[in-house]
Amino acid sequence: MSEAPIRVLVAKPGLDGHDRGAKVIARALRDAGMDVIYTGIGQTPHMIVEAALQEDVDVVGLSILSGAHMTLLPKVATQLREAGLGHCVIIAGGIIPAEDSTILTSQHGIDAIYGPGTNTDDIVAFIRTTVAARRAAS
Amino acid sequence: MNDATVPQLATAVRRGDRRALARALTIIDRGGVQVRRLRQALAGYGVGSLVGITGAPGAGKSSLTTVITQELRRRGMQVGIIAVDPSSPLSGGSLLGDRIRMYDLAGDSGVFIRSMANRGQYGGLAASTLDAAMLMRAAGFGMVLLETVGAGQSDVAVVDVADTVLLVESPGMGDEVQSIKAGLLEVADVIVVSKSDRPDSSATLQQLRALMRMQMGSDDVWSVPVLPVSAIQQTGVAELVDALLAHAEWLQVHPPTWRQQRRYLLALQRAIDVQLREALQQLPGWSVALAQLGQYDSDLMARQLLEEFVANGFTKE
Repeated sequence: MSEAPIRVLVAKPGLDGHDRGAKVIARALRDAGMDVIYTGIGQTPHMIVEAALQEDVDVVGLSILSGAHMTLLPKVATQLREAGLGHCVIIAGGIIPAEDSTILTSQHGIDAIYGPGTNTDDIVAFIRTTVAARRAAS
Repeated sequence: MNDATVPQLATAVRRGDRRALARALTIIDRGGVQVRRLRQALAGYGVGSLVGITGAPGAGKSSLTTVITQELRRRGMQVGIIAVDPSSPLSGGSLLGDRIRMYDLAGDSGVFIRSMANRGQYGGLAASTLDAAMLMRAAGFGMVLLETVGAGQSDVAVVDVADTVLLVESPGMGDEVQSIKAGLLEVADVIVVSKSDRPDSSATLQQLRALMRMQMGSDDVWSVPVLPVSAIQQTGVAELVDALLAHAEWLQVHPPTWRQQRRYLLALQRAIDVQLREALQQLPGWSVALAQLGQYDSDLMARQLLEEFVANGFTKE
């Protein structure tokens, strides 16, 4: 059987409307051969988890520039686990201070956080490696 | 996932388990032998009709899908949505963005939306959409809406899948001759003139109505309604949903024989295509052929593989 394309949900939780970064990432992942489901702005954690469930994604990518990351990102991660989607790789991007990043990745189940200036090749490589490992484990 | 879990998955789908449905849809999207097992396990289950929504890009298919779904939800029906977008011919990846315009449906547990890439298929439909619709029906959705890529005049492949073909025309999209050309207008069961809040929509509406009157035949022929709908102002939606349900009822009394025959034939052709290709790929000659790509005529190579298959028969399954 051929290897299934990696499915990625790209969403913007919360109330900021700055979606340039999310669109750049979505396009880079498409160009890397992934199926990218783009939901747009203004998503609640519940909406994101429902979309991740229906679309059976491997990766949830969250872009957030509002400053509400310490509230919203842990909520999404918790609700994903509660919905039986603990296998999803969670990646966040946006304006997130380094000390917050450390807490989010070490305590709240966020797998990686990428700030402005990140090379999209690095994100693609991380997703490919991590998804391959999770699929092999399941 | 191993093969033994496919029947369990099918049972969970029939129970309406949303996570199971999502995983089964992934199997369909991926293809392979598990698809056939899933198909066998779910054959004959589920009712509900499949409405294919087609029309040019930008005609308003996603917005219309949203308001139709909201109206069906008000009437107490559960709705499945399959939204197909194109795959990139270069990377094979895709950017599936229909959920943006279906924002108002997010979080409703009576709605299940699945985005699919068309994997470069002709006609703007993923080859697997029929199987995906079968799954959603088995899971208990009273109506499944299939939103196509919208390849324009050539998107007639939707007729090979859908029970009801809903054609979306936006105002001012071309002269009368565009409409008389063979294609989508011939296979449409319901036609919507979208964006009816726009002033130029009434001219388009009148042209299409005049045209469809010319095509009207006897009592045995479904007369195709041409309806104005504004998704923004939410007008005409109830009438549209009435028409869709009326067509589903009409089909109960008047099964469309030519369409059904064509669908059976296409299903057989697809099955032959998939199974024969899989059988040929098991042959030792397949890897030889792959190594020689471009060096020989492809017709010749195919012929050699077939001869090898006839000489050796099945290697497995």
